Amino acid sequence: MARKLLLEHINVPGINTFDVYRSKGGYAAVEKALKTLSPDDVVEEVKKSGLRGRGGAGFPTGMKWSFLAKPEGVERYLVCNADESEPGTFKDRYLMTYIPHLLIEGMIVASYALGAKTSYIYVRGEMMPQIRILEKAIAEAKNKGFLGKNILGTGYDLELYVQPGGGAYICGEETALLESLEGKRGNPRIKPPFPAIAGLYGCPTVVNNVESIAAVVPIINEGGDEYAKLGIGRSTGTKLISAGGNLRKPGVYEIDLGLPVEEFLYSDEYCGGIANGKRLKAVVAGGSSVPILPANLFLKTINNEPRLMSYESLADGGFVSGTMMGSGGFIAYDEDQCIVRNTWNFARFYHHESCGQCSPCREGTGWMEKVLHRLEYGHGKMSDMDLLVDVAKKIEGNTICPLGDAAAWPVASAIRHFRDEFEWHVTHPNEATTRNFGIAHYADPLPKLEEAAS
Amino acid sequence: MLSVQDTNTPVTFSPELISKFADVVSRYPVGKQKSALLPILHLVQAEFGWTSVPAMDKVAEYLSIQPIEVYEVASFYTMYFLKPQGKYMLEVCRTGPCEIVGASKIMDHIENTLGVKEGDVTPDGLFSWRGVECLAACGFGPVLQIGPEYTFYENLTTESVDKLIGDLKGKANN
Repeated sequence: MARKLLLEHINVPGINTFDVYRSKGGYAAVEKALKTLSPDDVVEEVKKSGLRGRGGAGFPTGMKWSFLAKPEGVERYLVCNADESEPGTFKDRYLMTYIPHLLIEGMIVASYALGAKTSYIYVRGEMMPQIRILEKAIAEAKNKGFLGKNILGTGYDLELYVQPGGGAYICGEETALLESLEGKRGNPRIKPPFPAIAGLYGCPTVVNNVESIAAVVPIINEGGDEYAKLGIGRSTGTKLISAGGNLRKPGVYEIDLGLPVEEFLYSDEYCGGIANGKRLKAVVAGGSSVPILPANLFLKTINNEPRLMSYESLADGGFVSGTMMGSGGFIAYDEDQCIVRNTWNFARFYHHESCGQCSPCREGTGWMEKVLHRLEYGHGKMSDMDLLVDVAKKIEGNTICPLGDAAAWPVASAIRHFRDEFEWHVTHPNEATTRNFGIAHYADPLPKLEEAAS
Repeated sequence: MLSVQDTNTPVTFSPELISKFADVVSRYPVGKQKSALLPILHLVQAEFGWTSVPAMDKVAEYLSIQPIEVYEVASFYTMYFLKPQGKYMLEVCRTGPCEIVGASKIMDHIENTLGVKEGDVTPDGLFSWRGVECLAACGFGPVLQIGPEYTFYENLTTESVDKLIGDLKGKANN
């Protein structure tokens, strides 16, 4: 069994309280960082660890930190992005619910590294129970001298606050999140300037995902080099995967990056296979916005090599035959699921969540939803698939923030890999409303390379 | 589409509520009190059940901002109710991962049991329901939440929904 760095003590009774967390070695990273390391040393360790942002984009966290502007006499801010709303992703909720002090500890270390004196955790508004849990944990930490003035007698001051959102997916985009934290509508800002130069209140700001901040704790405790030994290639360390859909054992799993997807999906240590003895039809590997893959292309790359749970292996084949790690929101679809219906559902989601700033996204997501709705309900045309691909292409890359791409990719990939199923909805309008297309050839072994090329 | 519904009922903020507002405002730098807007609107909704125009106007006055700055925020975010709702608002996740494990069936069952359409209030004023987008509990679907505490109910079945509605009715009648 692989070693756990974040969830090692998750099942210890009372680990959500300061005393139990501390008795399990908690807050050692704060002591080590504040008493023996300079802020730049902490940044250096995180750089060495190779940690990549766990929110979805996968940008190296240490590098992001090193971009932070440090003009004299200007406040700097660390903001934790806990606006977890990507369909398929629920790891941050899990972490904040069961081991909140890990996030608080990471926030203290990261704030120290960045020179922030006030930091915010922006939690999506629906997670009011988690907000109460975090506020209690912050009060405990403050009471024990790990927050507030002159932490552990080192002269470092830090105040930490929890900010609720209002229910908007777009606020997971870092500049929309900052707008929201300033009390405004969550409209993403045009970049540059990047938040590292002008973020919250126009001051230099770093925005990091919950899991990225939590990972700083083991990185400081064990050293960046040790952390980098875990994982594979440029996918270092461990990653929380939110496993949902038609699985026998859905839940949050911490894996070493590089684990074969087949082992993750079928072994009893992880998902335990598909629920109710069904077969796997398709997988969304990293949250709703990454390309959906049929079972055969998910388990093996186009070169017939076993696919691994790593940033590189999941992306193998680009968007033609690969997908993305994203946020680690893993959704499995069994043979009874309808890809057209699922694609329509996701398109509705993105239409609902578009902030409305950019025309291609505001209008295009609505058109995609309408066309997919008519396909699902048996009123589609054969030309609809090309129409959808065309609309998706015209959204992608033409918007201020990546929500446009996130809306376009699932539609384009579903048509790329499941065109037969879409066409069946057009040719069998009555059947399409009463039964599903089924698994068809989507789990068949991949054709040999030479056949695929011909 | 949401519509801003006015009401002539005057709104008074109790000293306890005002002191909660002040606590929120103290989290931000001087002059950045507008940051308190989202948390304060949550407090107002928890107190009154929704965010009415007179309440929003008073929030604007408290934060020294224009009323439009409050309206535009309340209408952008999905959690703020711009018209009165049932005492218990059942919000069911309707997005992909919940949908493939039966969210539609749960919503149909709620509609039939309560006898009101999405967004409407039962005649006794106790319940309303709506589908909402992903609630980040995809491994435990179908799920629903009930404000203002936003208590979570996971792995829903038609039986567990019946029990929940029955329990809430009992709670309201005591």
